Amino acid sequence: MAVTKKNRRYGMIVDVDLCTGCGACMVACAAENNVAPAPEKATDRTGITPMRVYPVHNGAPADKRQTAFLPLLCMHCSEPPCESVCPQQAVELDEATGIVTQMPQRCLGCRYCMTACPYHARYFNWWDPQWPVGMEATLNPTVAPRMRGVVEKCNLCASRLHAAEDQATADGQPPPATYVSACVEACPTGAMVLGDLDDPTTEAQKLAHAEGTFQLLAKLGTGPKVHYHSSRPWVRSLAERSAKEQANA
Amino acid sequence: MPSFDDRNMIPRGLERCSPRGFALRIAPWLLLFAFGAYSIYLCLRYGLNQTNMDNRFAFGLWIFLDLTVIALGAGAFFTGFLLYLMKWKALKSVINSAVIIGFVCYSGAMVALAVDVGQPARAWFTFWHPNVHSMLTEVTFCITCYLTVLAVEYIPILLKHRKLKQIPSFLVFEFELHRIIPVLAAVGTLLSFFHQGSLGGLYGVLRGRPFAYREGFAIWPSTFFLFILSAIAAGPSFILLTTKLAEKLSNKPLVRGGVYEMLGKTSGVLLTVYVALKSVDTLIWLNRTSPAAGFTPWEFYTFKPFGTWILFTEIVLLGMIPALLLLSARLRAKPVVLTCAAILACCGVALNRFVLTIQTLALPTLPFDEFLSYFPSWQEFGVFAAVLAYGVLVYAFSFRYLPLFPDEKQLTAPVEVEELEYVSRN
Ligand code: SF4
Repeated sequence: MAVTKKNRRYGMIVDVDLCTGCGACMVACAAENNVAPAPEKATDRTGITPMRVYPVHNGAPADKRQTAFLPLLCMHCSEPPCESVCPQQAVELDEATGIVTQMPQRCLGCRYCMTACPYHARYFNWWDPQWPVGMEATLNPTVAPRMRGVVEKCNLCASRLHAAEDQATADGQPPPATYVSACVEACPTGAMVLGDLDDPTTEAQKLAHAEGTFQLLAKLGTGPKVHYHSSRPWVRSLAERSAKEQANA
Repeated sequence: MPSFDDRNMIPRGLERCSPRGFALRIAPWLLLFAFGAYSIYLCLRYGLNQTNMDNRFAFGLWIFLDLTVIALGAGAFFTGFLLYLMKWKALKSVINSAVIIGFVCYSGAMVALAVDVGQPARAWFTFWHPNVHSMLTEVTFCITCYLTVLAVEYIPILLKHRKLKQIPSFLVFEFELHRIIPVLAAVGTLLSFFHQGSLGGLYGVLRGRPFAYREGFAIWPSTFFLFILSAIAAGPSFILLTTKLAEKLSNKPLVRGGVYEMLGKTSGVLLTVYVALKSVDTLIWLNRTSPAAGFTPWEFYTFKPFGTWILFTEIVLLGMIPALLLLSARLRAKPVVLTCAAILACCGVALNRFVLTIQTLALPTLPFDEFLSYFPSWQEFGVFAAVLAYGVLVYAFSFRYLPLFPDEKQLTAPVEVEELEYVSRN
């Protein structure tokens, strides 16, 4: 049977109401993608956290205060502002998967893409990656470590996707409508769902169109493929708010 | 002790201070340069962790410096354009100096850029896998080409050196070069238009940064055109200032008075056009572009310290005021007013570049983000210092050993020179 290869549009839906802010996704992401332990001098602004959980609150006084957590990763924008700015085509929107890929081996470290990304989803290797003796044994052989001086970001665990695609091909099946990224696998509450947003059989597609689903900074025209869901109006209104309104809330 | 004597290296008929005086004057700059070179070494050897930039503030002092220095260096191509293509002959008296300023500014910016990227050895990748949609590709191509043009334009000035002049083949070469200078000026103008513009486009295209994003014409955002205009408006002012500074330091007149007013007037007219268009652009951004992206523009100005004062300073204090001062023939005739207005114009361009680079990055876009701040590390200042010191040194050596100002001879010793020329002609 001929395997039909249609373009997929992988995306993610994060249920903010389920996220407890435990940070397991951040750790799993770093381990999966061979992110070296941060050097001593690193700060939260110079470390590498392709997945980063932001705490947000409703701005109410202590007794009425509510907190939520927003795991932020690359939104794999449909119109990625980071792609068109790269001077040497090290960033690419893969039409077959909808994943915005980053080629660290071609990156010259100009960081223009970092200023272009409104989600701050890109990270620069300020230091040479170094693993304490013995820890190199934990490296993931399917992901190439990155060197100092280049930019990196979430690639939706492309190596896991490739493995899933290979498996599908071996089984004579079409490319998978869904697969499991490291963060999705690690989340203890199952707050994250990954899948082809164009495939009506996936849960991701259904959730993307469910009530209470929203995108961040959608007005900028970036077309983020990571969606958030919450039944709490104040969380949803975050997407519409500006930082100033949020600060004054 | 044998003392160093460089009198036979100094252009004939020109007075220069003693070698010892010169050495004393350049010593602090050499020290500063050494400090800067050390900073550059640290950044190249250990990487950009030597800076205070981070993942949120990914561009910093250097990009601001590059944009400003390249804008001020615009005087080189614009003076060349006015002299060789528009035939404003009077500008001949500053063209050599302008070329050197341009060369220094561009090569300095290139050095800073090379330190600014994480993998300098990969810079050539841009030529190999160019992304034609990126403003940075346009910048890289145009600046590289234009720096080559500037280097070629510098050669005839170098060949005017007393010793080099004695080599006949160099004389022929210089003569040949002179014939293509107008062509170079034309090419340089074209290249400069594009790279000044694309430097403006660099931020103007950032859809994800509503503070900087601008609508525009075809593929170019309005900042593309505003950058060209502001650069050619400030360029002549910067040439005026550097020449005046050279006059002050060497304590002698170098150019005829009218030239300054000509430069001032050029700056004034262009600055007026620029300020008018910049105001229109700001209004469009306030009323249309920013609201369309879902951002109330005035909110950007509520993050301290970047209040509306910065907009007022940029457009009125450092834009409209110097423009008006330079436009009025009566005011322009007063040297103090002329100098002050030129300083204001240059500061205005610098502030514009600051707003676009630093303020843009400091302002949050995500609703749960906060105002970001950053202060450069000493290594970043060091690289800045290296570029500055390098500029001063190249200019100082050029001034001492090359005939930079063709009028200097006549202005400092009119009678003898005329006599000498008479004698040599007969
Ligand atoms: S979130 Fe940022 S890095 Fe990811 S595709 Fe969009 S602009 Fe690029």
